[in-house]
Amino acid sequence: MPDKLFKIEKKEYLLPGNRACQGCSLALAYRYVLKALGKNVIYTLPASCLTVVYGLYPISSVDASLINCTFPSCAASASGIVAALKALKRDKDTNVVAIAGDGGTFDIGMQALSGALERQTNFIFICYNNEGYMNTGTQRSSATPLGAITSTTPFLTKLEPQKDIIKIVEAHNVSYVASSSPAYPKDLYDKLVKAKGIKGSKFMHILTPCPPGWGFPINHSVKIAKLSVDCGVSVLFEIEDGKFQFTGRSKFLAEKNKKKDVTEYIKAQKRFDKISDSQIEDFQKWVDMRWKNYLHRNNAS
Amino acid sequence: MSVKIITGNSAAALGAKICKVQVISAYPITPQTSVTETLSQYVEAGDLKAEYVRVESEHSALTVCISASTVGARSFTSTSSHGLLYMHEQVHWAAGSRLPIVMCCVNRGVGAPWTIFNDQQDSLSQRDTGWIQLYCKDNQEIIDTVIQAYKIAETSYLPVMVCYDGFLLSHTMMPVDIPKEKDVDKFLPPYKPYLSFSKKEPINVNPVVFPWKREDSKGVVRDGYMELRQKLNEALISSKDTILNINNEFNKLFKRESAGLIWEYNTKDAEVCIIGIGSIASESEEAADLLRKEKIKVGVLGIRCFRPFPKEEIVSALKNKKYIIVFEKAVSYGFEGIVASEVKSALYDGGIKTPLFSYIAGLGGRDVKPSDIASEVKKALLEMKKKNFKNQTKWFGC
Amino acid sequence: MPKSDDNICAISRPAIGEAGKTGDWRDLRPVIDYTKCIAAIKKKSVCYACWLYCPDGVILPENPVKIDYEYCKGCGICAEECPSSAITMITEEKEK
Repeated sequence: MPDKLFKIEKKEYLLPGNRACQGCSLALAYRYVLKALGKNVIYTLPASCLTVVYGLYPISSVDASLINCTFPSCAASASGIVAALKALKRDKDTNVVAIAGDGGTFDIGMQALSGALERQTNFIFICYNNEGYMNTGTQRSSATPLGAITSTTPFLTKLEPQKDIIKIVEAHNVSYVASSSPAYPKDLYDKLVKAKGIKGSKFMHILTPCPPGWGFPINHSVKIAKLSVDCGVSVLFEIEDGKFQFTGRSKFLAEKNKKKDVTEYIKAQKRFDKISDSQIEDFQKWVDMRWKNYLHRNNAS
Repeated sequence: MSVKIITGNSAAALGAKICKVQVISAYPITPQTSVTETLSQYVEAGDLKAEYVRVESEHSALTVCISASTVGARSFTSTSSHGLLYMHEQVHWAAGSRLPIVMCCVNRGVGAPWTIFNDQQDSLSQRDTGWIQLYCKDNQEIIDTVIQAYKIAETSYLPVMVCYDGFLLSHTMMPVDIPKEKDVDKFLPPYKPYLSFSKKEPINVNPVVFPWKREDSKGVVRDGYMELRQKLNEALISSKDTILNINNEFNKLFKRESAGLIWEYNTKDAEVCIIGIGSIASESEEAADLLRKEKIKVGVLGIRCFRPFPKEEIVSALKNKKYIIVFEKAVSYGFEGIVASEVKSALYDGGIKTPLFSYIAGLGGRDVKPSDIASEVKKALLEMKKKNFKNQTKWFGC
Repeated sequence: MPKSDDNICAISRPAIGEAGKTGDWRDLRPVIDYTKCIAAIKKKSVCYACWLYCPDGVILPENPVKIDYEYCKGCGICAEECPSSAITMITEEKEK
């Protein structure tokens, strides 16, 4: 193993012959989530693409324990696991991880998430964001970006920008907030290893490009993920006790002032086929405003 | 013997405490609230070593219990009315997961429009969720049933809903004999979860299941969705014996005479049988006494266990009766009373064609006085004797 | 008689190939040209970008790098991300 990768756990917890679509960047991201968090974890997962990746009874495609839960209840389910482990005095050696898609985080899972964060539940919540209800066939979610075609915004595209989940999460007293990308597995891995060692609520956002949902070739998932980072749609950062820091590629882009504009990213995806010029302008403004805010916070800390 | 005069909600909370529940999660709703307030006092004062999760909704309350119970903690929640309805998805999920959760449902009517007062529409409309449902008629039964419920649940791996009438029991003080903790420890062994989580043998609980059977990696043919549902149904049906046995064991140990599935009052020589659930059934006892004074032979059949439905027991209790009258605090809109339907279905299978009238009564807390029950019984009997069966479902006092 | 299911609720256990031999999904087959593969040329454990980015973890980070064709779904991310363009996607000849 090369030195750079040496620290990455070699064991594959996501087993071959699973049900993930070809070129699924969630599968890629989850490979590293599993590697980073290791064996002593109980995961909990609401209905989502990952439910399908886990596979159908009686075989599991993931070599880790999971409690499936209903769509709205992911963070509450984690609270239940945490409470039980505490009651049974098994909380010292077991991590609790809730993982949900953008639907199970931004939308239907929001109430339970807010509750669990406010209670400072000792767990990691991972949101893999593919910007829509991909598992049910690409419907609009509140994480869908402005100008995107979905099966429920088929002609007019989505007319509103996405929710800023990080702002919402930060409004709770959260120990650690981070955002990463499957295009940078090392960044993703390191952040989760770090989160594992921190007490309290930890939140991790991962933008996971979806070939069938976003309309790009199956071999371009990593390319699109890299592009999303380069244009600031996906930002690699971590916030510890309120202190914001860019990491990895985003840190480089910020230092060298090399963030691209969103045009190339938008052009590469069929879901933006009907985006208007003024929507692109608004999209760019949204990305720039957030980037500026992040830059400001990064430089302040 | 330690008799205290306490409310139904205090009895429920004490029951959970004596059972040494390990995880409690609940959300405020009238008239259940004081159950969880009392439990939070026990936990904060250090009288009960449990994790108390103060959730942001009932949906999360039952979710916490589901996941905690899956991991292996004895879990408790309580709710009422809209709280139970908001949980509905999780109510199914708990049963499908075969988790021995005990939940108190303090019965209250359902909106719209708002009511905070008692009827049983909330829990009776959860009939088809795969939970055992036990109904209490007084505060003694509440504490006893909560304790029994854990043993029943953990023996049959089924969740149990302990239902009792809001305000009529929840906020009414009655003398209650409180079982000693050491006796309950003997009666109720620690919870042994069906599943175990180990890093060596990871498990994936409740994945997607095919409609058909499928082999696992070791060649064992595993169930399809249908077979798993059938197992749940069979577990519910066979839990009838478990409920009876555990009730008998409890009666012996704690010197009680309470019934397991159904209870009867003066039914032996009765020609007329009133059927009810919960406090309306105890009101009917008084009504029966009044009618006996007028030489009408009336008895009462109280249903303690609504799910599993004690079909055989009800059929045998009603075999020689001439008239049956159901009083119930719920309705299946577009048809008739929920309990009346169930009783009729049992009678059909038992080959009994006794005339049956039913009363929808006391919805949203409307008073149901024993004297009113008695006079309605007399009116119903007149119609039945005239073979006038045009209006078999009546709205009490409307 | 095959053993019947003794589970009272649905509990899966991990095994490979839940969705079958997913190599069947492949239209294009990744083929490594070891004369271009950095790890092969340098005879050292270096690069492994293909292993790093494989969504299914079906590339073995050995020397030489190997692809598990039984399960490789043929997405082509490895070919796309290989810094020395050592992987080519060739049309899979499907058996009839």
